[in-house]
Amino acid sequence: MLDLMSGFISELRNAGLPVSLTENLDAMEAIKHIPLENRDAFKYALGATLVKNNAHWRSFETVFEVYFSLRGPEYAIADDADAGDFWREMQEQLQSQDGDSRGAAGGAMDQMTPEEMIAMLMKALMAGDQALMRALARQAVQRFAGMEPGRPVGGTYYLYRTLRNLDLDSMLEKLMDASRDEVGGQLTPLEERLERDEHEHRIEQFKQEIEAEIRRRLVADRGAEAMAKTLRKPLPEDVEFMHASRDEMQGLKKALQPLTRKLAARLARKRKHERRGPLDFRSTVRHSLSYGGVPADPRFKYPRPAKPELMVVADISGSVAAFARFTLMLVYAIQGQFSKVRSFVFIDGIDEVTGFFKGTEDISEAIHKVNTEADVIWVDGHSDYGHAFEVFWEKYGRDVGPKTTVLLLGDARNNYHASQSWVIKEIRQKARHVYWLNPEPRSYWNTGDSIVGEYATHTDGVYECRNMRQLEAFVEKLA
Amino acid sequence: MAPRFESVQSVRDGLRKVNYLADDGIAGVAFLADRLGKPVLVEGPAGTGKTQLAKSIADMTGARLIRLQCYEGLDESKALYEWNYKKQLLRIQADRKSDSWSEIHDDIFGPDFLLTRPLLEAITADDPVVLLIDEVDRVEVETEALLLEILSEYQVSIPELGTITAKQVPLVFLTSNNTRELSEALKRRCLFLHVDYPDMDREKEIVLAKVEGISQNLADQIARIVRSIRQLDLKKAPSVSETLDWARTLVLLGIEHIEAEQAKETLHILLKYQTDIAKAAKELSVDK
Repeated sequence: MLDLMSGFISELRNAGLPVSLTENLDAMEAIKHIPLENRDAFKYALGATLVKNNAHWRSFETVFEVYFSLRGPEYAIADDADAGDFWREMQEQLQSQDGDSRGAAGGAMDQMTPEEMIAMLMKALMAGDQALMRALARQAVQRFAGMEPGRPVGGTYYLYRTLRNLDLDSMLEKLMDASRDEVGGQLTPLEERLERDEHEHRIEQFKQEIEAEIRRRLVADRGAEAMAKTLRKPLPEDVEFMHASRDEMQGLKKALQPLTRKLAARLARKRKHERRGPLDFRSTVRHSLSYGGVPADPRFKYPRPAKPELMVVADISGSVAAFARFTLMLVYAIQGQFSKVRSFVFIDGIDEVTGFFKGTEDISEAIHKVNTEADVIWVDGHSDYGHAFEVFWEKYGRDVGPKTTVLLLGDARNNYHASQSWVIKEIRQKARHVYWLNPEPRSYWNTGDSIVGEYATHTDGVYECRNMRQLEAFVEKLA
Repeated sequence: MAPRFESVQSVRDGLRKVNYLADDGIAGVAFLADRLGKPVLVEGPAGTGKTQLAKSIADMTGARLIRLQCYEGLDESKALYEWNYKKQLLRIQADRKSDSWSEIHDDIFGPDFLLTRPLLEAITADDPVVLLIDEVDRVEVETEALLLEILSEYQVSIPELGTITAKQVPLVFLTSNNTRELSEALKRRCLFLHVDYPDMDREKEIVLAKVEGISQNLADQIARIVRSIRQLDLKKAPSVSETLDWARTLVLLGIEHIEAEQAKETLHILLKYQTDIAKAAKELSVDK
């Protein structure tokens, strides 16, 4: 057990969770009080002592599944004899529930035809029967995934194979039809919607069962350490913008909101708790009058740093779109910290999008509008920084003033067009600061058609912003 | 000291008796808090029953609840202890002539002149207590440090008096709405519990337990509608307390079966932003 726990904890640390020594000791202490057979209680005990941030829970869960998936009797991979018993039991349960005629086959789930299996799955989904769903997930994986020991294929491949055979997409429609039949005819739109949500939820559950089953089998085949490495999920703040999957994007979006709130609170506090300035002589003398001319109450000048004015110029072409989106979201979420925010987006043409954010409280909708409605294509829709900057300078250059901070977002992959870097030079002369944020890893800069170096000479700094953590650090510095 | 709880299940059952429906995580952490003698940091969206958890635990164990509401500007004279300055002055003036200096000095810094504030009170209590430190994320980072000694050692050091150690280890709950990152030092001393919106079945049970005179059918429908609404991308998802308010409203209106129309008319109880209400109304009535 000790071995297992230390492996588990070092894997958590590898995944980026900050687990301290005392927390480790607490976890050891905690599991003494928990019956080990109760897997859920065990998981919550470890979670309560080791994970102190809700955003890390998903990573923790993954590692936990890998390390402890094979423990506990009902989770062991049953060999055939056991499986037979299990199926028989299931079947009997099913029989007592609805007097299914196929029950006579007795433990014959292995011999079921795929059609029968799908019918059974549908029944399970209809009734929301967890145990049966789990059993079917196992059966489906065993039958359709075609897993072979030692085969160097990722879990997603098996998942795809299993799901393709089950055809879950049409399942939803079938389930909806069945619900309609049940009430005899028409559902009101509200009921329709609720039923759909319900079924979607169950299908999602079933998918997760399948995933868990595949993972269990892979762990059994390859061992926990190896699997933990391949399954390792970065924490939301470490996910790279440029390579985030759709799921990770969702996670990022969720993580953004509390993050901006914290950031805004921190910045406001920073502003408030600014250190004392020099003695304010006038004020001190004025207040000394109430003490008979004795300056008993010295007054100080508190520095009131001006809020910067911000102009965000973002490349929204395919590769860096996600990054631009997040930066815009972040900037607008804390726009109270700036005196004014204007935003521009470009691919090879440039367009001002400040208006999209005005009057709407829903930032994500505004971003959506930016992506669909902004007029950013000039010739062919391939990034042309040079032309975009030129137009920017022509149209909006006079709005750049000594209070303005200009933020340029993009990977500076210019498709070998002219760089027109003189624009940046001009901007810098008028503006307070010019920063460039690049979502690419530093080692890729200035390779291929990236000309970030050429622009960099005219800016006050180029920052690598691959993930939320780096972006947050930069924005905090800025405001 | 004898443990308060027998097992995780007993925590769950006990909480159920006082009308608090805990899931595995909540019951498990409460159980561990007792066994390990550690405070629990409860975090989660507003209105999911974080404060109620502490109240219910107190209720269940028959302990007294001592509550410290945190706010910006809270300091030790309001959280820990304060010297009763006026009483001290009186004491000095009462017998000016007799006592020697050291006698008075020892006297006026005695327990008689100490005003206990929630934290000290929780420590010195003879009867079983549950200490609730509410919305701990509202105090400044510097003030957080005040809590550290009491949370890890269950003691308070008063320079003039010495260290006061707890006679019994109280159950401590800290709640946080996560408006800022709490310090590592604080987190390390606590067990962490994230209370999220309940899943549909639990929500239904909560509605059934808390709202009088509600039918199974209606509770089921309410839970399902609320789940659908939570899936939308809203500024503020409906909390459990708002669900309960909504359920009570529907019961008062004598509605047995929710139609889209009625749902739309009462949505403002569930959602507090106009944009959210519009969005939810659109989603619920339009069949996609």
